[in-house]
Amino acid sequence: MGIETTDDERGLSEAGVPPVRRIVVDGETPPVRVAHRIGNGASPGLDEPFAVEQDFEAVWVEERMRIESLGVRFGQKEAVKDVSLQVNSGEVLALIGPSGCGKTTLLRSLNKLVDLTPTAIRSGRILLDDEDTAYMDDTLLRKKVGMLFQQPNPFPMTIFDNVAYGLRERGSKRPGKKALEPIVVDALERAGLWDEVSDNLNHPALSLSGGQQQRLCIARSLAVRPEVLLLDEPCSALDPISTAIIEDTIVNLKDEIAIVIVTHNLQQAERIADKVAFMYLGDLVEYGPATQVFNAPMAERTKDYVRGDFG
Amino acid sequence: MISGAGKKRTRRVRKPRKKGAKGVWSIGDRIGLGIAWITGIFLCVVAFSVTIYLAVKGISYINLDVLTSRPEAGVEQSETGGFLDPMIGTVLLTVLGTAIAAPIGVGIAIWLTEYGRPASLARFVEAGVEMLVGAPSIALAIFGLLIFQTSFMAPFSFTAEGGAVFGRSFFAAGAIMSLIALPFVVGGTREALNSIPKHVREASFALGKDQASTIRRVLLPASRAGIATGTTLGMAQIIGETAVVVVLLGASLQLAPEGAIPVLDIFKGTGSTLTSYVYINSPAGEGKAPEKAYAAAFVLLLIVIALNVMVNQITKRGQHKWG
Ligand SMILES: Nc1ncnc2c1ncn2[C@@H]1O[C@H](COP(=O)(O)OP(=O)(O)OP(=O)(O)O)[C@@H](O)[C@H]1O
Ligand SMILES: [Mg+2]
Repeated sequence: MGIETTDDERGLSEAGVPPVRRIVVDGETPPVRVAHRIGNGASPGLDEPFAVEQDFEAVWVEERMRIESLGVRFGQKEAVKDVSLQVNSGEVLALIGPSGCGKTTLLRSLNKLVDLTPTAIRSGRILLDDEDTAYMDDTLLRKKVGMLFQQPNPFPMTIFDNVAYGLRERGSKRPGKKALEPIVVDALERAGLWDEVSDNLNHPALSLSGGQQQRLCIARSLAVRPEVLLLDEPCSALDPISTAIIEDTIVNLKDEIAIVIVTHNLQQAERIADKVAFMYLGDLVEYGPATQVFNAPMAERTKDYVRGDFG
Repeated sequence: MISGAGKKRTRRVRKPRKKGAKGVWSIGDRIGLGIAWITGIFLCVVAFSVTIYLAVKGISYINLDVLTSRPEAGVEQSETGGFLDPMIGTVLLTVLGTAIAAPIGVGIAIWLTEYGRPASLARFVEAGVEMLVGAPSIALAIFGLLIFQTSFMAPFSFTAEGGAVFGRSFFAAGAIMSLIALPFVVGGTREALNSIPKHVREASFALGKDQASTIRRVLLPASRAGIATGTTLGMAQIIGETAVVVVLLGASLQLAPEGAIPVLDIFKGTGSTLTSYVYINSPAGEGKAPEKAYAAAFVLLLIVIALNVMVNQITKRGQHKWG
């Protein structure tokens, strides 16, 4: 089995984003899992040899979403300016930056939730699996790109119904409880909540604790099998133990799902992120591997921010 | 940090003033407080005396006989029968009015809170609903009479031999009653919908649901308590309403079915309710059976109190604690 690497060149290098490395195994993509990790410790340069032999955990990194010079305005206010990024499965991407720098706006652009704000004007392109999301059906896109909010927000129904919610389509072909059960159980297991709720799936979801509610919301998103999961400060309303459980869950999920997390907690970003994007006043100031952004930031502003000089 | 500092500062400024003001109220404040207390106590006294007076009078005149016999025409009070028909009339009219008001009211509330477009139409509808709250019921009743007296509406109301339409029936009264209940349903539903955080709706959208299924599967179930509260308040309004009954349901104390189709004939016919029964039998009306009027008024009071208790229970139990 021969492994060759190809550099994906679709004009992204000009936008300041390192091109995606694609691995082609005997001409087929995606190949079997290969032990590799792009650029550990140092910023990945184009001319660096591809690191296959490093002794890291086996994670298959592949581009899921690509943001090309995204701009978002709310009336006159520019919330996001010309941001280019990529979102890969097998990785956790953390968006950091001071309050009001556009993290949430960027995140909500990925599932077009920002379009619900009447004043929002979006420019640039966002691709999901090379398909322009502008031309995708909103509901279809949002099934592929799930989202978790700052406040746990389970619906006022049973735990089971919450998880099954996204699976139940309108119309006559609503799947029954029997058919949904395996998916619901699987989602709860992956969200790390199954052991706590297996006996009371019919209890109201709002009777759970905050941390459990947030994990229920994760399960609710996972049930529709998203390719990308967006998390907007998912732990800011939670206690440290719940936070640790959710961080574990996130790390466990990244193999299958590309994860983007907004966080104000830099320790959290260091713990779980593979890539970090630092934003400031709507600009993407720095984007790179977590270790590089935290230990050897290139921009002054990033340096100040990760040192805690402002924010 | 900044907001915290601000809070501290205001507290520091206010505290001394509060301390100084503790025992030393200005004379104007004291008079104001006194008036507030007096009016408060006065209102309580009035409310309690009405209730107790009605209870004492009502209980002394109420018996199984008046509850189970139909009203009769009679010269002596002992010949006037009971108020079974008015009780049935109250139930029928309430059910009919609520059945019309509830779905329309919920629909209007959803449209106003979740869509609200075109904005000008939404504002217009909002104003219309508000106007219904303030409109004197007698005006609504006369308006109803105008509509139901047209020959176009003849199938819905009492029609004389020669084809003259009187515009009076359970249908006519129920339709106008629904207008009286409507603002309460709209209000209760809107309040419930507004209390649902925006991010709950967004969570549903983020799962790939459209607005219609979000409303149906999340927002409406979450608003159940508010809808029930509003509907119950609307029911209480219908039950207590007199002018509409007198104008649109007719003055026949007995149910007077109209036409040959069972059930439908009752709705097409005229009748009475507890309120119109009390009115007619009290000294204000014909005054033939004041004791029975008291008994009926007492029953009315009980129903309204029961509905209020229900509303309190629903609100207490149905509230969701959103994150
Ligand atoms: N709906 C809106 N209408 C107008 N301006 C908005 C709206 N949403 C966000 N903004 C503005 O866009 C900018 C970016 O907001 P955003 O919520 O994306 O910041 P953030 O980085 O997520 O901040 P935080 O860390 O506080 O959550 C802010 O200046 C904000 O005031
Ligand atoms: Mg935010």
